[in-house]
Formats: sequence, structure tokens, C-alpha cells
Amino acid sequence: MRRPQLAAALSFGAAALSGLIGLLAALLCLGNGPSAPPWHGELIPSLIPYIRFSARLDGLGAFFLMLVSLLGCAISIYSLDYTKAYLGRKNAGVLGAFFNALLLVTTLAVVADNIWLFLIAWELMALTAYCLVSFEHEQPETRQAGVLFFIMSHIDAGCIILGFLLLFQASGDFSFDSLRDVGAKMSAGKRDAAFVLFLLGFGIKAGVVPLHIWLPAAHPVAPSNVSALMSGVLIKTGIYGLTRVCFEFLGPPPLWWGVTVLAVGTVSAVLGVLYALMEHDLKRLLAYHSIENIGIILMGLGAALLFQFFGHPVLAAFSLVAGMYHTINHAAFKGLLFLGAGAVVHSTHTRNMEEMGGLAKRMPETAFYFLIGAVAISALPPLNGFVSEWLTYQALLQGFGASDSLWRLVFPLSGAMLALTGALAAACFVKAFGITFLAQPRSDAARNAREAAPSMRIGMALLTAACLLLGFFPTTFVRLLDPLTQQLTGQQISAQLSLNSGLVLASLSEKAGTVSTLGMVLMGLCLLPIPFALWLVLARKAKTRRGPTWDCGQRGLTPQMEYTATGFSKPIRMIFKALFRPRRDTQREYDFSPYFATNIRFESHIEEVFVKRLYRPLRISIVRVSRKIRALQAGSIHAYLLYIFITLLLLLIFAL
Amino acid sequence: MSLDPTSFIAQTVLLLLLSPLLSGFIKKAKARLQNRRGPPLWQTYFDLLKFLRKDMVISEHASWVFPLAPHLMFLTSLAAGLLVPMVTAQAPMGLFGGALALVGLLALGRFFLALGGLDPASAFGGMGSSREMTLSAIAEPAMMLAIFTLAISAGSTNLGQIVLASQQPGWKFLDPSHALAFIAMFIVLLAETGRLPVDNPATHLELTMIHEAMLLEYSGRYLALIEWGASIKQMVLMTLLANIFFPVGLAAKTSAATFGLGLLYLTAKLILLGGVVVVVETTNAKMRLFRVPDLLSVAFILAMLALVSTFLFR
Repeated sequence: MRRPQLAAALSFGAAALSGLIGLLAALLCLGNGPSAPPWHGELIPSLIPYIRFSARLDGLGAFFLMLVSLLGCAISIYSLDYTKAYLGRKNAGVLGAFFNALLLVTTLAVVADNIWLFLIAWELMALTAYCLVSFEHEQPETRQAGVLFFIMSHIDAGCIILGFLLLFQASGDFSFDSLRDVGAKMSAGKRDAAFVLFLLGFGIKAGVVPLHIWLPAAHPVAPSNVSALMSGVLIKTGIYGLTRVCFEFLGPPPLWWGVTVLAVGTVSAVLGVLYALMEHDLKRLLAYHSIENIGIILMGLGAALLFQFFGHPVLAAFSLVAGMYHTINHAAFKGLLFLGAGAVVHSTHTRNMEEMGGLAKRMPETAFYFLIGAVAISALPPLNGFVSEWLTYQALLQGFGASDSLWRLVFPLSGAMLALTGALAAACFVKAFGITFLAQPRSDAARNAREAAPSMRIGMALLTAACLLLGFFPTTFVRLLDPLTQQLTGQQISAQLSLNSGLVLASLSEKAGTVSTLGMVLMGLCLLPIPFALWLVLARKAKTRRGPTWDCGQRGLTPQMEYTATGFSKPIRMIFKALFRPRRDTQREYDFSPYFATNIRFESHIEEVFVKRLYRPLRISIVRVSRKIRALQAGSIHAYLLYIFITLLLLLIFAL
Repeated sequence: MSLDPTSFIAQTVLLLLLSPLLSGFIKKAKARLQNRRGPPLWQTYFDLLKFLRKDMVISEHASWVFPLAPHLMFLTSLAAGLLVPMVTAQAPMGLFGGALALVGLLALGRFFLALGGLDPASAFGGMGSSREMTLSAIAEPAMMLAIFTLAISAGSTNLGQIVLASQQPGWKFLDPSHALAFIAMFIVLLAETGRLPVDNPATHLELTMIHEAMLLEYSGRYLALIEWGASIKQMVLMTLLANIFFPVGLAAKTSAATFGLGLLYLTAKLILLGGVVVVVETTNAKMRLFRVPDLLSVAFILAMLALVSTFLFR
């Protein structure tokens, strides 16, 4: 006998509980301060030599555990009602099982203290995530995206295994302890090779340009709770790996590592947001924004690597704080936005923004949460996105004074690109929120949309609260990052970042720059009486009435006359047309003269430049080569005997 | 740096009262330069008073986002104004944020105004929102680079610190990097305040509107708040430009005498800068929308050169 409803409630309820426990554990560990020794232990006694299943909760691991657990908890609560849509149609219990498995292996990956355990968790993460992405495998789009995700995750696992083999060669042991600063024992060439392999491997997982192509394919087709988990947590494991390896294992970085990471981050940020602007699929748009935000995080990490090279550990710690702060911020607001998008898709049954509209009246609570997420991701004060981008700007600015080399010009340049990214993100979220939630509904589905179910709203409210808290109390939060910076750079800087008993966030010193998001809110509250007083004194008698929107004297506006998502981003498409190269097909049908068309069909399509120039040629050549190789496998037993003989011969020659 | 309630109130009052006058002055001066008589200097005040008293008609399609926009536009402009040193070298709320917070606050107001433009389901509003967000996105990197140039030479992003640093004896009037950054910022100012080569503040012609198109559905008190907010924003940006590039007359300490003197200097600087804006507006025609990015990339390149020249002439 099957009880899918019970299965879903049980699995997601348990996941929410374990998320809460994980959050408490992480907060306890981080709250103990940097001096407390990290928790360390064997998970399962292992009988096989070399392979130990040991875990450790140090500053870096605890920070990522906090992120995983926070999102795991909120998303699980959301899923309680969200999965009801699958009842009778799909097996919600399977979804719950894989969801729990994914949470477990992600947790294992960030607390693993041993190459083996890490790699096993890493591989299981890819497999469970693949199963979750392909949950709605009836659609061909989903299957395709799943396969692409599967291939890319295995390329990334391959790169990481090779990288760890290089490290193992130098250390001779699999525990993370023995790998600490193992870079010092390696030759420069091997060290660089390991760095490149890790950058590729973790870069694919994080979704940096140009390794990101799986991300905008896989995130939208997964169920929305899974998209939130993937975008909020899963891609962050790439950041975790890169931080762990670059700052703990590989030793002092040469100049080009930092420059590369900073450049990759900058390019990802700008291209991510530009492609996001071109989307009118709500979930794909959010997926592209993940690429953008990973780019911003990498800017912080790249700056930290550069400061390590220039010999400024305090500034390196500062940039690391900026990057890590953005990591958790992105988890909070992107998780929130995906949950909001999930609620919208749930009640309109479409991901196409051009068929939405008017939802702010029909789902006001969801609209409010989505708006908070949109303001946060656009890096607008006083929310959390602004705080971490402010820290990133400050880190980049201080980089200019940190050295005399010509390379310091990369700091302000990537700062300017960060400004472009932020402003484009704001444009994109005006579009995403405005077209989805405002104006008249553009379809019957949107007209009949209903507010999300209670547990979904609670899940979103939790992440909204996280966004607000992370935005208003930055100085409290950076104190939790002390164990992390102490572990990776040997510096604790939270005291230097806090002024006026924590109200004001400083950029290492009061003179270099200060900001206070809570102060801005207070300032706004102090100024709020002014418009209110104006109303009271002057306009109390004025009446307010509802009327039709100005329609130029025609009869009535229809939703067709509204601005569309595609129309909204048209100016940006025109300005950056060298990058987008939009393809347009227009077909006109007419009776007498082309000026009196009876029917016009218009189609516009943008293909990503990397898909066109990099991945398609690559795929074609791989197929071509494998066709050639297939000739070897002719099916004749004689030929196979010959191969065996030749191989044996070669091996003998080699052995001699 | 400290927080000072008296200067908080004083600067708020200054911003509220002087900004319509600045708008009126620019309008009047422009008219005189074009051989028109123009509206009286006080016309902006009369307009605001009239709007405030009028009844409001709100679109039946509008949601709860619609009333948020005017209030946030007004409040963020005022709050941004409190981060700028106006009559003394100290900004009243300078501790709560510097140049980056100022840019952020103005962006917050713009974000909600653009949403307010989309909300009533009119195509004009959507068009205005789309253009406004696009142009501000293109203007942002130039503005940031110009700010970076100043922040790097002053070693701080807080505007009060930048003013104090540029009052040091070593500061040369219009050295290459500051001059280039000033021109870049001036171009950004024209774009951000919707001035002529970019946007025409006096037009209601559908196809050329940018800022005005977003406001079409606002009336009465909400319109007054937006118009007032826009003129405060204009004053804030012009004060910013005047005071960080020409920091004369800004005393490090606040007293009645320095306040009066600072106010005089501020008025003179705003009249001068307003005059330049008027001349630019009168001698230039409005650009096609898709030529504006060219202008803004000129600003970006100038700001880049400004940055490189801090590097070279040190």
C-alpha cells in the first residue's frame, strides 16, 4: 500500500528538521570563535586501508554547512505543500528520497576530511542531482538537460580527481590534514596544473563562463524546490572546493592565479546578467543570474588570491569576507527567488513571463517575497546584496593602493564591470518583477492564479527573513566569519569592520569608508513623516479615485498593448547586438501590397556565443572522431585477436 | 565623523526648499537664453503646491506597488542628499554611507519608479521604464570609475573624507585625472537627471520620452512627490559634483559663520554649474536613443583615462 502524501510529509518534514539541526551545529561551531579546535571524528569505521570516512567541522566547513542547512530547512518546509501538485501524477516519495539524499551528500562534501570521502560525496551529489533534474522525464527538454548535466558533472569530477591525484603524489596521504600547504612540496608546473584542473572542475560545478552551459538548461526543468536547492547550495560547493584548495592546499598563489580568477569572475558576472536579460523564461532568467552571482563571488576570491600574492593577508581576509558574504547572500535571495518563481509556475502552469502579469493582486504575499528577493539581488540598499557588493567594491578599491605593479589596474576595471553588472541586474529584475507581477494578466492562467499554499509561503518567509537579517546586521554576521578567515589567511578582521557598537560597517578603518544599512532604514523612518505631514496639511480633502489607464482616446487597453518582456530588454539587445547576434525571421502575408499585411509572423532567437563557437564545433568533432574509431570495432573475431596480440607485443616492448 | 541631529534637520530643510528653486532657475535661465520670457523663478513651488492639493486618479490596473514608488523616490533622494557634504565638509549622515551608498540609494528610487511605470499596464510606462533602466545601466560604470578615481586619490569612499582630502595643500586645481573625471561625471549627471542630449525634460512627445513616460499615470500628491524627489535628486547630484571637485568654502567645522559662508559658496557653485547645464541644453539637440550609449561610453573612457592618469602622474 502506498501513501504518497504521508511519504512526502515525512521526507520533507525530516529534511526540515535535519536542516535546523545542521544550522544549529554550524552556528555553534562558528559562534565558538576561531580559537576553539574544530570538531573531528570518524563517521564509519573503515576496514579498507587508506579509505577513511572521517569528517571535520572547521571554519570553512561550518560556514558552508550553515548555508546548506539554512536552505535545506526553508526549502523542505516549502516542499511540504509544493509536492502536493505531484500527488497522483508522480511519486512524491521518490522526490523526497532523492532530495534528502542530496542534502546528505552535500553536507558530507563540505565536512569531508579525506579525499576519498569528499570524492564519493561529490560523485553522489552529481548522481542524486541528476535524478532530481530528470524527475519530470516525460518531457524531452528535461531528458536533454539531464544528460547535459550528467556529462558536465562527470567532466568536472574527472578534473577534480586528476587534481587530487597530483596533490596525493606530493603528500602521500589522503587526509586533508596532510594536504595542508602541500603546494610547497610540488614543482611549479605541477602546482599550476593542479590549479587549472581544480579551476576547471570546480568551475563547472559553480557554473562559471564558459563552463556554464549545463546550468541554464538544468535549473529550469527541475522541480522548483530542487532548482532552489541547486542554485542556492549545489553550485556553491564549487566555491567551497575552490576556496579549500586554493587557500589551504596549494600554498602561496602566483600572480596569474588571482588575475585569472578575477577575470573569470568578471566575465561570468557581466555575461551572466546580459544573457539573463534576454530571457523570458522566468526560471532560466534566474539560472543565468546564478552565473552572474558566482562571478561576483569569484571577484572576491580572485582579489583575495591577488592580495595573498602581494603580501597583504588582512586585505586577503577582507576580500574573502566579501566573497563568502556574497555566497550566503546569493544562497538566501536566489533560493527565495526560485521558490517564488516555483509558486508562480505552480499556479500559472507556465514558465513564460509573456503569459503572466497582474499576479501582485492575485498572489500578494508571493509578490512581496519575490520583490524583496529582487531588491536584494539587484544590490540595492538596505538589503543583503548591497552589503556584500559594497564589501567587494571596497576590497577592489583598496587593491589599487596595495601594490605598485601595473596589474593593480585590474581592480578598478573589474569594479567598473561590477557596477555595470549591478545596474543591469536591476534592469533585469524590474523586468522580471514588473512583467510577471504587475499590470494586466496576459493569459487566462494568470487571470485565475491563486495565492501559494501556506507551507510554501512559510518557506519563502524564512528566506525573506534571512535576506533582511543579513542585510541589516552585517557586523554581527562578519563575526561568524572570523574562524574562516583565521583558518585560511591567519587573520581575524571582524573587529576592524565594526563601528559604533555594530551599527556601522567599516571598510577595515573608519577613514576608508563606512556604511550602515540599518542606519539607512532609520534615516528613512525619520524622513517618512515628511510626505505624511504634507498629506495631512495640504491634501487631506483631496479625493482618490480609480480610473482607467490613459489609452490615447481609444476604447480600452488590452493586455496585448502592454510592454512585453522581450520589448523591455530590446534596447539592451540593440546596444549589445555585437555580442547577442539575434536572429530574426519576419514573415508577412498580404493580399495586394506589402503595406497592408493580413498576417505577420515574427520570430527572434538568440543563441549563446559559447554554444555556437565552442560547444557545437567540439561536439561535432567528438562525434566525427568516434565514428572513425568505430571502424576498429568491426565485429570480426580475427581483428580482435590481432588487437590483443599487438597490445601484448607493445606491452612486452615497453616492459623491456 | 559623527551623527549630528541639527545638521540632519538643517540639510533636510535645505534640500526640500532649495531644490525646486534650482529647477526653476534652470528653466528660467534656459528660457532667457532662448529669447523667451520663461516661467517665474518660483513656478516649481506653485506646481508642487497645486499637485499636492489635487485629487488623485489611480489606474484600476495598478497594484500595491504603485504607491510605493513615489514615496521611495522621495525618501531615497532625500536620504542620498544627507550623505553629501553640502555647506560644510561634514555630511550629516556621512557615517551611514559614502559614494557607493549614494549611488545605491538613487538606484533604489529608480528601481521602484520603473516598477511604478510598468504597473498601470500602459505601453508608455513600460517604454519609459525600459529606457530608463537601460540608460542608467550604461551610465553606471562610468560613474563608478569616476568615483573610484576620487576615492583612490583620497583613500576613502566617504564623501566628507574625499572633500577633506582634496582640501589638503597638495591638491592641484583640475589636475588631469580630476578634470577628466569631472567631465565624465558631468555627462553622467546629464543622463541621470534626464537632461537634454539624453532626455528632454520639457517634452511629452510619446516617442522621445524617457523619464516623463514613467510618470504618465501619476497624479496629485504622488506626482508632487515624484517631481519633488526628482528635483532633490538633481540638486544632490549637482551638489556632489560641485563640492567634491571644487571643495572651496566647505569648512571642516560647523558654526553659524561657516554655515552662512558655505551656503553662499554652495549657491554660487550651483548657479555656475546650472549655467553650464543650461548652455549644454541650449546648444545641443536631443540624441537618438541609440546614440546615447556612444555618449556614455565616451564618459566611461574619460573616467578610465582619469584613473590611468592617477597612476601615471603620481
